[in-house]
Amino acid sequence: MEIGLTHYLVLATILFSIGLIGVMRRKNLLMLFFATEILLNAVNIGFAAISHYYNDLTGQMFAFFIIAVAASEVAVGLGLLIVWHKRTGNINLDTMSSMRG
Amino acid sequence: MELYLYIALFAPLVGSLFAGLFGASPKTLVTGVVNSSLLFASFVASSILLVHVLNGETVHVEMMTWMATGNLYIPFGFVVDQVSVTMMMVVTVVSTIVHIYSIGYMDHDKGFNRFFSYLSAFVFSMMVLVMSDNFAGLFIGWEGVGLCSWLLIGFWYHKETATWAANEAFIMNRIADLGMLIGIFLIYWNTGTLQYDKAFAIMPTLDMTTLIYIGIFLFVGAMGKSAQFPLHTWLADAMEGPTPVSALIHAATMVTAGVYLVVRANPLYHLVPEIGLFIASLGAFVAMFAASMALVNRDMKRIIAYSTLSQLGYMFAAAGLGAYWVALFHLMAHAFFKALLFLGAGNVMHAMNDELDPFKMGGLRKKMVGTFIMMTLASIALAGVFPLAGFFSKDTILEVGFVEHHYVIYTVLLLTAGLTAFYSFRLVALIFHGEERYKLFGFHPHEAYKFMLFAMSPLAILAVIAGSFKTTYFDMVTKLLPETEYHIHSHVVEWVMILGTQAFVIAAIWYAYKKYINFKGEDKEFEKRLCYKILINQYYIPYFYEEYISKPYKELSDILWRKVDLKIVDATVDLIAMTIYKTGENTRTMQNGNLSSMLRWMVAGIVILLSLAVAFGLAVRYSDEITSVLSGLGV
Repeated sequence: MEIGLTHYLVLATILFSIGLIGVMRRKNLLMLFFATEILLNAVNIGFAAISHYYNDLTGQMFAFFIIAVAASEVAVGLGLLIVWHKRTGNINLDTMSSMRG
Repeated sequence: MELYLYIALFAPLVGSLFAGLFGASPKTLVTGVVNSSLLFASFVASSILLVHVLNGETVHVEMMTWMATGNLYIPFGFVVDQVSVTMMMVVTVVSTIVHIYSIGYMDHDKGFNRFFSYLSAFVFSMMVLVMSDNFAGLFIGWEGVGLCSWLLIGFWYHKETATWAANEAFIMNRIADLGMLIGIFLIYWNTGTLQYDKAFAIMPTLDMTTLIYIGIFLFVGAMGKSAQFPLHTWLADAMEGPTPVSALIHAATMVTAGVYLVVRANPLYHLVPEIGLFIASLGAFVAMFAASMALVNRDMKRIIAYSTLSQLGYMFAAAGLGAYWVALFHLMAHAFFKALLFLGAGNVMHAMNDELDPFKMGGLRKKMVGTFIMMTLASIALAGVFPLAGFFSKDTILEVGFVEHHYVIYTVLLLTAGLTAFYSFRLVALIFHGEERYKLFGFHPHEAYKFMLFAMSPLAILAVIAGSFKTTYFDMVTKLLPETEYHIHSHVVEWVMILGTQAFVIAAIWYAYKKYINFKGEDKEFEKRLCYKILINQYYIPYFYEEYISKPYKELSDILWRKVDLKIVDATVDLIAMTIYKTGENTRTMQNGNLSSMLRWMVAGIVILLSLAVAFGLAVRYSDEITSVLSGLGV
């Protein structure tokens, strides 16, 4: 059986769902970052697969951009996370309510 | 000439704004002097324009465009022709005198500056009204004078009666203005223009029904402003305002705006003589009706107000019979002697600490010689005794009635002339002759300031000599108005009529003197009579309005307020507000600052948006099928 577009898209969807559940359920900020990465990479797989299917490089180019943006985002996010950990001693999401309206 | 037109028009506005600057500050004599000077400038400019018009030329300027959309084009245009220059002269002469007089009359009033601001604003509005070359400008002036009238009747706003009278006048005028506005709309609708000359040029081509409607609705407006029956009650109540206001607005100028409108619209009323006859009949009726109420009234100013009403009836009678120039001439003569009468009454009021009951006066001629002479002159002029102004104008109206073969109108007007003479001299006799009854009430009368009497003197002179302008005036104004001389063919009949009228009037004067000169006390027997009760209660019309219009209206308003406003309108608005408030209350938990829950909301949002996108995408893709299914369902 040849692996086609459908398989890639199913994989992307599964990954996206895992990421989404992670985003919703996890209370640990580090785990949240992982979940976000999974979300982004699910999208990347989709882009790359469709790009290959249509023989159009634009989608793969997008995937690279997303990887670059995700890397910088994680770098900033981890920096903030470390600062937060140094201040409060934990990285539990529920304790982060200083922006409460 | 344009310059003089603008001076005549805008000098009062400048005065009004100037005095308005000091409106809230205590009395400053300078406002009175500046405003009077500006009014005098306006008067001089009007006189120059009068000379210009007498030479047979008219001035027509278009200051700027006011409204221009599609086919609608209304400019701020002003015209000085034979009719408007007459009105301008009347307005500026009387208002200049009243302004100077008011410096003395309002001497001790806290609202001195405010008073002058309103008074000048009134003159400006009146000038707009008479000078405008189209119905829209006329309407602006019409509303402006109504507003100023409201401000000035309610000038002493701390008095309950004054504010009530002001509101009554305003509301009555508003009812009539609706009619006027409908008339103007009809004119625009049918002729496509509001310019007098163009609109009147098209009118002969319109069908009769339209013309009748236009004529009726315009006249309804005139009825309100000129206080004709049944919208007359406000004028007597308007006497709550300061006396110079009564002299200027409620005798000489504003109330004559209705007559001016009918005169201005003479081409229209010429086309529909039925309405003309109605106007004349109503005028004659009001003349008699108002004069009868003046016979027994015990309020000096109200007597003069009813007299004004009665004279307005004369003017409408003349205008309705097509004698527009006669109406305008009587308007002019009446403005002079009636303003004089009111200003004299103002002097008496000042002398008597604002007492208005002539039964408490008497014998004032010894203390107030100047006022006595002027008021007597004004009363003789009003009664129409030869050779004063009233004789020439009023007698001509009688002749019009006779020559046009409307003998009923003629008889009514003739009888009214007698009544006029009677109530005028009843007033003079009660105030100035007889015993000095005021001593019983502890008054210490004194004559008014010299300059006030001096300011009044031009009016006294005009009241005496205005009749001699008749020929000049006739030659001038008939260039614009229908030229009809009312001559009775037989000289014998003419002389009999003139002498008969004079004898009748003089007999009425003599009877009034005889009855009231040695007035001792009120005639209790007479006051029990039915006719007295009807007259003193003004035919129970104010009572009727109060009981059958005001009170039911108030009750209806009360019901609407409680049932409709509170329970439906307010409840709906409250419901909307409450919904939004509750939604906010309930959804604020979303903003609890917890990242985890925010992320969940975000996901929920994405899901909703995605499902919507899918739903719409499907709807677009299968739109044809959906349409066919829906049409199958009969939608």
